Amino acid sequence: MQVLIALLSGLVFGFGLLVSGMANPAKVLGFLDLAGDWDPSLALVMAGAIAIGLVAFTVARRRTVSLLGLDMKLPSATHIDRRLVGGSLLFGMGWGLVGICPGPALVALGTGQVKALVFVLAMLAGMGVFELLERRRSARALGAKAGSHV
Amino acid sequence: MTIDWNAFTPWAALAGGALIGLGAAIFVLLGGRIAGISGVLGGLLKPVRGDIAWRLAFLGGLIAAPVLLSGGQVQAHIDADWSALIVAGLLVGIGTRYGSGCTSGHGVCGLSRLSPRSLVATLSFMAAGFATVYVIRHLVA
Repeated sequence: MQVLIALLSGLVFGFGLLVSGMANPAKVLGFLDLAGDWDPSLALVMAGAIAIGLVAFTVARRRTVSLLGLDMKLPSATHIDRRLVGGSLLFGMGWGLVGICPGPALVALGTGQVKALVFVLAMLAGMGVFELLERRRSARALGAKAGSHV
Repeated sequence: MTIDWNAFTPWAALAGGALIGLGAAIFVLLGGRIAGISGVLGGLLKPVRGDIAWRLAFLGGLIAAPVLLSGGQVQAHIDADWSALIVAGLLVGIGTRYGSGCTSGHGVCGLSRLSPRSLVATLSFMAAGFATVYVIRHLVA
């Protein structure tokens, strides 16, 4: 069931990216170029998405299981720290460089462009670097903890 | 700032945005999960049993979308050169994982949840995006 829901959701999300023009990097860059000929479309995409999202998440927040009885897994983190801001700044730099974020990258992959594949592989490599650094960090934390008991 | 009225597509943007919201709504209301694309993808690099199939299905849906939609709707041409794509991909990969989300998880779902954390993340990546395009198009070029 979870798989079918995920597939349907991914499809509708992908249609939305295409219909809205956000799968088109030129249009995203047109929004990010405040000092040039500015295309405000992305702001209305966010407005349309959040208008629906507000209703959905208001309902979701009050529930412990989904409408189909699956566990409701909403994020619990509320802290604002250097990781959040630093990571988001790095993401924004990459986004501004080519006008592609993760969703549109996967949609572009579906169009069969080799450039989309290169971007997705680089993105996966970046995520892999994060996993490696995290593993090293938790190993160090564990080591420090073990050391303090000696 | 001058608005490019020829490029501006308000109705398509609102309609497409509503579809994006609907995709996220289906995922949370039926599946109980956040449609955060970097998180769904990144989770595959730290696989947990029973947690892989739905991730692949969600990503598969995104990839299948342009295949199922008719030609004129599919505008996703990537113009950037190879080195920029690789650098950008690496930045997006590392950044979204450290920042715990991207335009979908923070921008759409997080703002819909009225999460201050997601608001800070969204303002941060938007600011960096604006600054990067400014530097590339107006200072370097």
